[in-house]
Amino acid sequence: MRYLPLTDTDRHSMLATIGAKSIDDLFVDVPAEARLSAPIAGLPNHASEMAVERHFSNLARQNMAASHHPFFLGAGAYKHHVPATVDHIIQRGEFLTSYTPYQPEIAQGTLQMLFEFQTQVARMFGCDVANASMYDGSTACWEAISMAGRVTKRKKAVLSSGLHPHYVSVAKTMAHFTGDTLDTALPSLAAVTDADRLLAAIDDETSCVVVQYPDILGRIADLGEIAAKAHAHGALLIAVVTEPVALGAIRSPGEMGADIVVGEGQSIGVGLQFGGPYVGLFACKEKFARQMPGRLCGETVDATGKRGFVLTLSTREQHIRREKATSNICTNAGLCALAFSIHMTLLGERGLRDLAALNHANAVRAAERLSAVRGVTLLNDSFFNEFTLKLSKPARPVVHALAAQGILGGVSLGRLFPDASELENGLVIAVTETVTEDDIEALAAALQEALA
Amino acid sequence: MTINQSGWRPEMGVSNDEPVATYTGNRALMLEEALIFEIGTTDTTGVDIAPAPKVASRLGGLDRNTGIGLPGLSEPETVRHYTRLSRQNYAIDLGLFPLGSCTMKHNPRLNEKVARMAGFADVHPLQPQETVQGALAVIQELAVWLIELTGMYGVAMAPKAGAHGELCGILCIKAALEARGEDRPVILVPESAHGTNPATAAFAGFRVENIPATAEGRVDLAALKARLGPDVAGVMITNPNTCGLFERDMKAISDAVHAAGGYVYCDGANFNAIVGRVRPGDLGIDAMHINLHKTFSTPHGGGGPGSGPVVLSEALAPFGPIPFVSLMKDGTYKLVEEESAGELHPQTFGRMAAFHGQIGMFTRALSYILSHGADGLRQVAEDAVLNANYILRSLEDVLEAPFAASGPCMHEALFSDNGLAEGFSTLDIAKGLIDEGFHPMTVYFPLVVHGAMLVEPTETESKATLDQFIGALRSVARRARQGDAALKSAPRFAPRHRLDETLAARKPVLVWKEAELAQAAE
Repeated sequence: MRYLPLTDTDRHSMLATIGAKSIDDLFVDVPAEARLSAPIAGLPNHASEMAVERHFSNLARQNMAASHHPFFLGAGAYKHHVPATVDHIIQRGEFLTSYTPYQPEIAQGTLQMLFEFQTQVARMFGCDVANASMYDGSTACWEAISMAGRVTKRKKAVLSSGLHPHYVSVAKTMAHFTGDTLDTALPSLAAVTDADRLLAAIDDETSCVVVQYPDILGRIADLGEIAAKAHAHGALLIAVVTEPVALGAIRSPGEMGADIVVGEGQSIGVGLQFGGPYVGLFACKEKFARQMPGRLCGETVDATGKRGFVLTLSTREQHIRREKATSNICTNAGLCALAFSIHMTLLGERGLRDLAALNHANAVRAAERLSAVRGVTLLNDSFFNEFTLKLSKPARPVVHALAAQGILGGVSLGRLFPDASELENGLVIAVTETVTEDDIEALAAALQEALA
Repeated sequence: MTINQSGWRPEMGVSNDEPVATYTGNRALMLEEALIFEIGTTDTTGVDIAPAPKVASRLGGLDRNTGIGLPGLSEPETVRHYTRLSRQNYAIDLGLFPLGSCTMKHNPRLNEKVARMAGFADVHPLQPQETVQGALAVIQELAVWLIELTGMYGVAMAPKAGAHGELCGILCIKAALEARGEDRPVILVPESAHGTNPATAAFAGFRVENIPATAEGRVDLAALKARLGPDVAGVMITNPNTCGLFERDMKAISDAVHAAGGYVYCDGANFNAIVGRVRPGDLGIDAMHINLHKTFSTPHGGGGPGSGPVVLSEALAPFGPIPFVSLMKDGTYKLVEEESAGELHPQTFGRMAAFHGQIGMFTRALSYILSHGADGLRQVAEDAVLNANYILRSLEDVLEAPFAASGPCMHEALFSDNGLAEGFSTLDIAKGLIDEGFHPMTVYFPLVVHGAMLVEPTETESKATLDQFIGALRSVARRARQGDAALKSAPRFAPRHRLDETLAARKPVLVWKEAELAQAAE
């Protein structure tokens, strides 16, 4: 077996050193009735590298890869061009095969990167501090709601109907078990968000208001008024950003008064990966730093006075606090955070702004072209790189018809909200820098045919 | 015996470790690297982006009109920045990384290659299912392997890490109790448990009570039985446990818990020790997470991403999360989501993350599993256990091994700091090992042993590497027993000397600030 260095000679000599007759002696504590005497039957034995690679090539070919087709899917995961440098660096063994930096003297590479990542995320979100990342946006969102409960000592969260339905589902799952109350609603196919509903729902029992920005239908609304009302009632505003590239073009949630900003960092550096692994972003105001979940990297000095970095404030965490920890999370998404940070460093502010401007321009042109198709209406007044079309018939079969023609043509609201027939004609379209004019024309033509 | 792998030949000259001041502060290959905020500018970019066509803004009047403060670097500067940073990290690729409980084994590069195939890396989670049949097949194929290897009934693939898997299992237990109409508020956890166990139970709304260990490092069955009752939802037990020992009474524990109406959660962090030799399903387990980044070698990546599928018993499987993949009668793979759950999986506790699990980790883990096969995986457990016992027996005369007398260990060897000179501790041994070119073992865990040192070599180390490590650890342990003052200043050869963690926590600096801003804030 190519991954196992011990030879049979090694094994015999090591058993002799141990004083065991056979390997079975080392498993003596396993009750006899639970010991397997041979490899598990019915499973294949080891395979060559070539054979395994061939197996995966065959499976990979059965999928439509985004880059090979006109591609318009978003709704929480976005296709952007990732510079080759990103994937090269994250495959350096010193990053790829290292672990959580528990021994900081020999993990400064990971730690300095995390410190830079935290600063990038905090600045992008307009917050004071950020953590070293979470599993993904949806779990970061629940962690934020949970944190708002700790800060305010209240258990009622008001969720915008524009929040990604998967994020709402995750929160519902957790709230069911923790006893938190969630005020939720389905979105309506309208150009305006549910800001009025949120404003009306905030009271002195409210721990937080959760608003996605831009929202699941692509709409962008000012958060200032909601922040003010929330604060007046002692509640926190949590903003959720599923497309951080947008923040190269629109104001940050922190600027508008958000107390906690969480997001999905996938669209910068990580790639689509069929849904995971992704990278959850988590930032907040400095006064709440000690209530944050997850790992934090901080600056310090070494015994000779040189600047260095360590994991810090770990008394919040499970390995110290056990059942009193701020969260049970025990990891971050280190390598995805690295990918995010490298891509962000390559972009810089100028690159991020240019990228955002290109995304928006492409989306505006696509929205204009597609809404000219008979049977298609553009829902949004405002949007960044994603908008919702109202079709003259249910969008789900249309999406399948488009796929049959080799076009990955958006996410139907029927897929996202299967119980809401009033939304079934909605189609969410994302248009990034990767979309060409030919792609837009192909989608327009195919939509026209599907709706005819 | 002296193993000289340093290249220094004493007969040819004198070694000189004294630091020499250099103009740059660098020392040959030891290169210092500033922060991107100190070397980049907001006007520099390493990406060429086509100019945007002119359009009327549709941003709802929320156009960003302030600076963000994100520095950029050109591509060559970026490559150099991160390459220099990478060289300040220890890694499995550089040497033995014996962190107990973390299973730092070789990460095969084939796994990286297959995960990057466009058909897996470049597909969107919400593509129509007919366009992702191959990706769904990967999830299903891995699920079948995990079920077969553990002898369990079903598996939830959604959890994103080990602790997330624990949460999944605990929510299954809670949902099952709800379905029975019972309110059982207590979860029992042994003292030696990973901190995630009590944290998870609390996160899900349970009250946590500890159960003691016996003198030989195992769960106290009598104490456990005495505490069982109608208020106990279940137990969370790590097996093999965090002392590196197999819980001999596991089946009796399961039987007792079941008889009292509870469920058995097994922390599968240490599955590497028994894969192919023991099936947890044969021991009465109801739920167990599998850290794909441990047993199945997906890369740890400096701390994630992980992946923590949970195998489930017949009693708990109906409550597992959505979405999951199902092989249909017509040979197609179906992703069961909210829409079809009512028909196909009506008792699910719901969704615990967006989308459908860590596919990028699934491809890597499946590649690892197929490479090893049933025979190779069994060999994995055997070599892992052999290596750990070799370390245990080669060191027990210089380091106290509190449970060594009770028999062999499993995949990790546990030592304590008893017998070191006054003022010397586990930390000094760990830092001394760094100067010897090794990553230290897990220290101060499990909490049941004073100054614990938990050594997990894994199966992907050669005997020569183990011998060198044993020699180095013997040397450092002797220095700590003799009170060698020089050990207190270790590490001396790492990119940094010991770092002031107290300062970092007392005055947290979590983000970089421009010097003048930082001064103004003082």
